[in-house]
Amino acid sequence: MPFLSLKFNLQKRVKLAQGLWMLYWLAVIVGIILFSLGIFFKIELRKRSEIMDNNESHLVPNLLILVGMLSCGLNAFGGKLCHDSLDPQKFSKMKPMLRPYMLLCCGFNALLLLLVLLCFLMQFAVYLTLAEGLKNAIRFYKDTDTPGRCFMKRTLDMTQIEFRCCGNNNFRDWFEVQWISNRYLDMSNDVVKDRVLSNVEGKYLMDSVPFSCCNPGSPRPCIQHHLTNNSAHYDYDHRTEELNIWNRGCRQAVFSYYSGIMNSIGALLIFTMVLEAGDVAGLKYLSTALETMADPENPECESEGWLLEKGFKETLADLLSKVKTFGRANQVEEGRASPDVAAT
Amino acid sequence: MALLKMKFSQQRRVRLAQGLWLLSWLAVMCGAFIFCLGVYLKIELLRRDEVMENTEIHVVPNLLMMVGLASIGANWVASRVCQDSLDASRFPRWRVLLLGWYAVAVLLCCLLLAVVVLSYALQGRLEESLKVGLRNGIRFYKDTDVPGRCFQKETIDRLQMEFRCCGNNNFKDWFEVQWVSNRYLDFTSQEVKDRIRSNVDGRYLLDGVPFSCCNPASPRPCLQNQLTDSRAHYNYEYQSEELNLYSRGCRQALTDYYMGLMNSTGPGVLSVILIQLSVLLSMRYLQTAVEGAMALESPEGESEGYILEKDVKATYADVKAKALDLLKFAQVDPASEAAGPEEGEKADEATEKAATPPPAS
Repeated sequence: MPFLSLKFNLQKRVKLAQGLWMLYWLAVIVGIILFSLGIFFKIELRKRSEIMDNNESHLVPNLLILVGMLSCGLNAFGGKLCHDSLDPQKFSKMKPMLRPYMLLCCGFNALLLLLVLLCFLMQFAVYLTLAEGLKNAIRFYKDTDTPGRCFMKRTLDMTQIEFRCCGNNNFRDWFEVQWISNRYLDMSNDVVKDRVLSNVEGKYLMDSVPFSCCNPGSPRPCIQHHLTNNSAHYDYDHRTEELNIWNRGCRQAVFSYYSGIMNSIGALLIFTMVLEAGDVAGLKYLSTALETMADPENPECESEGWLLEKGFKETLADLLSKVKTFGRANQVEEGRASPDVAAT
Repeated sequence: MALLKMKFSQQRRVRLAQGLWLLSWLAVMCGAFIFCLGVYLKIELLRRDEVMENTEIHVVPNLLMMVGLASIGANWVASRVCQDSLDASRFPRWRVLLLGWYAVAVLLCCLLLAVVVLSYALQGRLEESLKVGLRNGIRFYKDTDVPGRCFQKETIDRLQMEFRCCGNNNFKDWFEVQWVSNRYLDFTSQEVKDRIRSNVDGRYLLDGVPFSCCNPASPRPCLQNQLTDSRAHYNYEYQSEELNLYSRGCRQALTDYYMGLMNSTGPGVLSVILIQLSVLLSMRYLQTAVEGAMALESPEGESEGYILEKDVKATYADVKAKALDLLKFAQVDPASEAAGPEEGEKADEATEKAATPPPAS
């Protein structure tokens, strides 16, 4: 009793072949989109690799590029199969390739499923890398004369301006590090000496933030220095002031950006999986419909198409027994070989 | 003696019709491209609308949009004409339209040329408009509580950050206006009172700039206040400091940006002009060749195609004569009513003579 069998006459077979051809080419276009998304994601990760300690994992975009290329190739071949299927000569030439091709497509679908899982799970890795990277970026903000770190200031400033954020968790992260280089501190000044001596590590700490934390939407010119001192500025209360500098932390801001990209890629991959499954099912129907034609010379005859030759449970049982006999066959042969050796 | 005569066999006519059909669809795409270019330019100009005082520069994108749409329509008509050209029964209905079509196509080419010329010629006006707009923006920077101007601060800040510029000509423009609102000045402080009394208009002027002028590429944290005082900051020399703030003025930055946009569209527009001209010429050849073939006894035979039936001077003389006749007819008509029907007959003869030259176009 075939699983989900359908009857096909010539017109239905032709319609199925045409519809399947269009589905395959749609899948090729989706493959191209996946490829370009992979390149886009890779570029976005590279652009901000400095605030991630150059430590970020490029697994997802690399796999996405690979999947995009595979999808284009496999589906173009599938489209060609459909195109040639209604010509009996060409079809008989291609028959031996059908089964390995469909197994390949099923394997590709499994790869897509793995990639979907990765897309959603790797977001944790991105979050942790960002946390670590931003902490270091804030620490090395002042080192504009150290080779290898001289652009950290510019990168962090541009990131804070672009993502409208300040600091790692919030702006107070800037109070805990010295972000002004010693080259620009007048060590002979008493105020400077007091500040440096006031903490154990001898760092020049202030309750100030860099200019890139300023919010242009604030009605008043930006207050950067003496943020926790209400009397330092006219008509200023640091507890109720909201618009002066950005409230969000950069980790949250940059993470939600990457998370958005990865979620949309995941959604597109799920759509691709459904499309691929539909393609494989359609190809199975088409191939079985063409193979079971009672009279191959007469194209008008009716035929039957199905997804599985026997029912679902029976196919599963068959598969299991095949796997078992595969294992047992080796054992029986070994047992038989030894009496022969002993006999001779 | 026709201008640029060419012989066309039936096969060549068919090839010409097919080639022209493809070319006219290419021209339709080009028209769509010009339209999209116009829309893009208009959007870019509208985004910075707040720092421009007048909208004279908008004539460039408006023209582009109009020409794009007209070009799509005209070239679609051309493709229809091509489709019908080889069918003797359907072609004659297009003959009347073709003279008008040529006029439209020539007009479109002239308009596109005008756009290219205008985009260079209007640079001065754009700069003027930006100068006044930015000056107002900087003046009203502090008025975040005045309705209608409350977003000037945010607009100018974002503009300076995005285009990496400061002030109108340079950062010193900020020294000449009060950009800190009175609401945030402590009038009981001696320093504030001194500054306000130090100038005639009673404004609080500083040698400081807003934070949006800061250059992130500077190795040192941004110095915004007391910029002209080298002693106010450690290891700071006012004359030689280059990276601290953006050195470019916003007027220059915006002008460069828009000129760059319009220059990069220049080659595209010029190639569209070329394509349109080639559609025009091919259409003329097709029309004359097909009409010549229809006039022959055997429609499958060879015919001639040309651009003008006579050469340039003769055609010009013809056109002049026709125009003068038309004028004379208009003048004679009221006089003939007084003079009587005799002169009206003479006028009729003249119009008949003018009508007899074969309709070459």
